[in-house]
Amino acid sequence: MRLGARLAIVAVTALFSIGRPALAAPPQTPPAADLATLQQQLNALRSEYDAKIGNLETRLKAAEDRAAAATAAAPVATAAADAPPPAEGEVVIAEAAPEPMVHTSSANAMNPGISVVLNGNYVATSHDPAGARIAGFPLSADAGPFSRGFSLGESEVTLAASVDPYFAANLTATFGRDDTVSVEEAYVQTTTLPAGFTLKAGRFFSAIGYLNERHAHNWSFIDMPLPYRALLGVQYGDDGVQVRWLAPTPFFLEVGGELYRGDHFPAGNGDRNKPGTETAFVHAGADINDDSSWLAVASYIHADASKRDTGGDIFDGNTDLGILSGVYKWAPGGNPTQRNLTLSGEYFFGRQDGTFNAVPTRRNENGWYAQGVYQFTQRWSAGLRYARLGDVGAPLTLTGSALDGFGHAPSAVTGLLEYDSSEFGRFRVQYTRDMAERRDNDELMLQYTVVYGPHGAHRY
Amino acid sequence: MRKAILGALGAALLATGAASPAAAALQVFACEPEWAALAHEIGGDKVSIYAATTGVQDPHLIQARPSLISKARTADLTVCTGAELEIGWLPMIVSQSANKKIAPGQRGVFQPTDYVKLLETPASLDRSQGDIHAGGNPHIQSDPRNMLPVGKALADRFAELDPANAATYRARYAAFATNWTAALKKWQTEAAPLRGVSIAVQHRSWVYLENWLGLHRVVALEPKPGVPPSSGYLAQVLEVLKKQPVKMIIRAAYEDERPSEFVGGRAGVPAVMLPYTIGGSDQAKDLHSLYDDTINRMLKALK
Repeated sequence: MRLGARLAIVAVTALFSIGRPALAAPPQTPPAADLATLQQQLNALRSEYDAKIGNLETRLKAAEDRAAAATAAAPVATAAADAPPPAEGEVVIAEAAPEPMVHTSSANAMNPGISVVLNGNYVATSHDPAGARIAGFPLSADAGPFSRGFSLGESEVTLAASVDPYFAANLTATFGRDDTVSVEEAYVQTTTLPAGFTLKAGRFFSAIGYLNERHAHNWSFIDMPLPYRALLGVQYGDDGVQVRWLAPTPFFLEVGGELYRGDHFPAGNGDRNKPGTETAFVHAGADINDDSSWLAVASYIHADASKRDTGGDIFDGNTDLGILSGVYKWAPGGNPTQRNLTLSGEYFFGRQDGTFNAVPTRRNENGWYAQGVYQFTQRWSAGLRYARLGDVGAPLTLTGSALDGFGHAPSAVTGLLEYDSSEFGRFRVQYTRDMAERRDNDELMLQYTVVYGPHGAHRY
Repeated sequence: MRKAILGALGAALLATGAASPAAAALQVFACEPEWAALAHEIGGDKVSIYAATTGVQDPHLIQARPSLISKARTADLTVCTGAELEIGWLPMIVSQSANKKIAPGQRGVFQPTDYVKLLETPASLDRSQGDIHAGGNPHIQSDPRNMLPVGKALADRFAELDPANAATYRARYAAFATNWTAALKKWQTEAAPLRGVSIAVQHRSWVYLENWLGLHRVVALEPKPGVPPSSGYLAQVLEVLKKQPVKMIIRAAYEDERPSEFVGGRAGVPAVMLPYTIGGSDQAKDLHSLYDDTINRMLKALK
């Protein structure tokens, strides 16, 4: 035996000794002086473990035999062997030869689930969208219309995994067509709090309203309806914390609230100690029968803005907004594969109070939309949406500013046709008659969206 | 308004404190009717069972409805097929339910596919192959023999979660096993004429049934699992059926009847709807009548 091997044995024996004090050599014995004893001890250990492993193997074999017997041949059941050997196997039409086994090495076994969303658009409009606005509503930068021509939509990469037995984490980064990368969502969420509580911290979309929490690839139409664009800057997402509590009731009842930094429209410049945005929401829902179900949401958001800049207009003050949402879903027998219908509508009402370009302003705002998407046969669906914002008017001193709607109530009618190649591939054509300004605008949009990688299920 | 928010949260906390613990019975959330029925056979009145789907719903594709979340919230145990059958909806339900008992890896998760040997385990995983399941074909309930190992494991799990009633669960399983063994013998005799019969299937959800009854699957009407067939593909299927005739084309109650009716009509072969699970047909009312009806429908098609 070479010296290295001997040393290794000594080391191994020493390790075992730590765990098994009974076998420990007397500490005063110099290791080299007692190699024979060590060898003996090692042999004893080896035979002991051999016996244990042998025993385990026997038991495993027995267990496997029992399981196999139970599966393949219950007492009277026909074992597969009795079956006549199939003359020929199943005929598989036009399919590639089987590929080799997938092996997962331990190095990447703990990698998070990575899913990617890609989408692209083609947009044609009757007027240049560069100067487009929604009459009477100052718009945040991302609430503008899509640019014309071909464009890559936001590509989204999501990394999600459990952190440990107590937390799960999710990061969604988006790559804009202008080569900017932004963090859309990045949060940790509890998984094992008692009594139906869930806490979330980080950056995430608010659970207010019905559509707000959805990522762009999961919107029912290519764009968000007018009230979301005008009143929430498309959708409210910010840095903060959230608590949700699911009641132990026979129907679905969830309440929750959020505290946010207050950077996102309608808040702005949240650099201060206290939170800039607070929300509260109640979700309730149930089945009506096997075919249909409903969800209702009541939400409230309060947002403080300090020197919020929308296209050069500065707003200081706060916004209170309430949202009432209703959703109805129908599928024959609860089987949505062939045909299903989703109807939803939301009503927004609120008040803005502060100074707009240093002019005191206080006004009530409101808006609503109603939409329906009907899948009329497997893979094909059609949708219709109507959205409207109230004409709120501006104080005399702000005539002609972004707050001035010139007596026009913005509205839009949208039609949609969608084809799904599978759950993971989608093609859409959407036409909008946009009456958000005094001058009507026709918009035609084409879009593809694909999702690949392990993509989680979507909310209701 | 800030006070209102805090007030709401405080009220929520109080309500939690007031919520009394669930009644002594185990609350079982069964994803499919067959497992709800098996849980009932073993648990009797000691368990309270909610079946999340019906026999005419495709268990691959269920909307994450609010009602499912509220039922999962109070569950002590989920009994869901596993092997990724419910991957499209169950994880969302479980995470929204905020119920740590049924979180992945907990003892409140029981997956029948963990207790039988799965067939058709894919050699490779790629979505170009359609809706494949990494662990193997999950449709194990089409072979009634699988009810024995699954039932035994379920009785053990009930006993573990509710030790006070352990003896009851074991005794009920023993009674079920005796009863079921006799039924298996009866079905084997009845189904003898089906041995070696060639069939076509719509979705490859019948491999365990084929194995049990000794059926010979010639072709599937779906080009890839979960991918609906095009008319061109169905024409190819018809060509195959000319060379290798089959006695019937089978499909599950929840599937679109058109592809099997179309091919059946052209090839002069009966298209047979099988209940697939309890509630899939009027006759399939419980575990016994599920297999009675399955065999009857196939025997009828053979005549």
